[in-house]
Amino acid sequence: MQTEELLMALTNAVGPSGREDRAAQILIDFFTTGEGRPWITALERDRLGNIILRKEGSSPQPPRLMLAAHLDEIGLIVTSFEEGFLRFSPIGGVDQRVLPGQEVIVHGREDLPGVIGAKPPHLQQPDESKKAVKIEDMVIDLGLAADRMAALVHVGDPVTIKRDCCALRNNFYAGKAMDDRASVVALVECLRRLKDFRHEAEVLAVITVQEELGVRGALVSAYGLNPDLGIAVDVTHGEMPGLADYEGFKLGQGPAIVTGPPVHPLIFEKLKTAAEAGKVKYQVEAEVTPRGTDAYAIQIAQAGVASGLVSITLRYMHTTVETLALDDLKETGRLLAEFVTQIDRGFLEGLACY
Amino acid sequence: MLLKELSELNGVSSNETAVRHFIRDRIQGKVGTLHTDRLGNLIASKGQDKKGPKIMLSAHMDEVGLMVVGIEASGLLKIKAVGGVDERVLLSKRVLVGPQQIPGVIGAKPIHLQEREERQKPVPLSALFVDIGATDRSDAEKAVKIGDLIAFDTKADCFGDGLFKGKALDDRAGCAVLLNLIENEYDLPLYYAFTVQEEVGLRGATVAAYGINPDFALVVETTSAGDVPPLKKHQASTRLGHGPAISFMDRSVIVQPKLVETLVAVAETAGLPYQFRQTTTGGTEAGAINQTRAGIPAAVISIPCRYIHSPVSVLNLNDFQATVKLIDAVLKNIEQRGLPV
Repeated sequence: MQTEELLMALTNAVGPSGREDRAAQILIDFFTTGEGRPWITALERDRLGNIILRKEGSSPQPPRLMLAAHLDEIGLIVTSFEEGFLRFSPIGGVDQRVLPGQEVIVHGREDLPGVIGAKPPHLQQPDESKKAVKIEDMVIDLGLAADRMAALVHVGDPVTIKRDCCALRNNFYAGKAMDDRASVVALVECLRRLKDFRHEAEVLAVITVQEELGVRGALVSAYGLNPDLGIAVDVTHGEMPGLADYEGFKLGQGPAIVTGPPVHPLIFEKLKTAAEAGKVKYQVEAEVTPRGTDAYAIQIAQAGVASGLVSITLRYMHTTVETLALDDLKETGRLLAEFVTQIDRGFLEGLACY
Repeated sequence: MLLKELSELNGVSSNETAVRHFIRDRIQGKVGTLHTDRLGNLIASKGQDKKGPKIMLSAHMDEVGLMVVGIEASGLLKIKAVGGVDERVLLSKRVLVGPQQIPGVIGAKPIHLQEREERQKPVPLSALFVDIGATDRSDAEKAVKIGDLIAFDTKADCFGDGLFKGKALDDRAGCAVLLNLIENEYDLPLYYAFTVQEEVGLRGATVAAYGINPDFALVVETTSAGDVPPLKKHQASTRLGHGPAISFMDRSVIVQPKLVETLVAVAETAGLPYQFRQTTTGGTEAGAINQTRAGIPAAVISIPCRYIHSPVSVLNLNDFQATVKLIDAVLKNIEQRGLPV
């Protein structure tokens, strides 16, 4: 499967936080019966649903390196019924302003197409258009009679926005759930490359769940695996009008290597060394708060893990048209593979000396 | 499915070509005369030599959308609205730009970088743009140009209990009604006008009515249904599943009472559902036609439709069928009794 095909399949798949199974199945198939089968030694799933892809290292006492990218996407959840319509709340950070005029899929007893309608200008009061519609005033229109709806939909059913990934110019892609399935694809790219590489470290590529609700999947998988090193891969903001220059990274200029509290200084340096050795173009991102990525959880697992963070540039994060450059994702995979090959016992021992 | 095909064509006001070609190809050979006028209205007639009052049926081909008004150095496209588009429906949508249908997206500032109060205010159109993945202005100019029209990228489909969703149902559903009726034979000189530029000021209908000069015009529209929370019942205007809506007055026209009475009487005699359009806002082609030449009697029958002028609108297929039947009954009534005097 080509990189872009996997990206499209994964971002089109359904998997809001806590309900990642359908997106997970694509990866499970890819690594158990598909092309990825020979790239790994074992595939496991833990009790929260994290997928752990193991690849052995060549050393008898290999450094254990966890790579993490999250599978879950933001979404909505049904809270009540009203006159044949559904009321809902967000799962994760949803900007209410992106919702009017969206088509959705309500994941009830079956997948049900619906619409979050927008009141036409003709029926609006003067000045109404100057205020954003509040999420609590919105409804999902399923077009179903009340009794059919009650049979097919339960309170607590998840809802995702219907949006197929599409290619724009210059190998840019736009779709939902690029945050963070783009990074999941980067991990797959890394494993694709590592099949031809000799590396001392054992690779534990973890596809985590429930990141959007507070890095919950990373928390338990890092505890369970207790790695020596951990690198989280997530998305960062791409430049666009309305953002300051320092807030927006450039698309197509390679991964951003992060420095700051969530990152061990020697891992930051090693990632840059790896990028230079592999001739991977990169940017540097300064992150003041450790929150918001899997690195936050990995860093404080058990007695502490030396952690790093690599970002893929993404425009319009948490909308349904998240846009990225395919090359950035491939280059991120290449950077990770290069990093893996550079990790040995000596590097591990040096981590406590700084 | 005809309605699906029509909905998925792009015809933002002033470039209705794709819709016109689709309709022309479909009716060529089935009608007496067929021509396109200088504004782009497609006008077909059947029975033009027959006796009886000359009747014009009208439905507009155009839809609301956007236009490229500038290309930034970054390659992003600046946009303005063509017709009545609420800027609040634009965030996080896919669009198709220009004659080559270049895919683009309307992005939004990520929630992570917003102040809390920002989310209570709409993003003004002046701050929105379309991203086609261009690397800079010259790269964008290879794919699009200033003045290109932009349509929502929405696939149409049936859903729910007999409903249908898609963009541009205002007024492709009206076009579909006319295409159903054009298959029938009536003992009347009957003109079918598929008009342009309704959404930017009823412009096509104005010249079409002048050219046809009918004795009576019936406008087939798609009108807003507000049977959706939080709107109250009295604010609904029309409701899905309650049949075609008959207008007595809108912003552009007061329909002659005898015409309203005739439409109601025909519906009741035929046992067809109908409702009144219970608001008077919004204009229709009936207004333009009514004031054409020395005055032309005009009425409006509309299919109720939720969320019009947005990327996805919703109608009830029973209402659609009932609209076809009601207009058929109206035409048969005119065949037998002439126009009400």
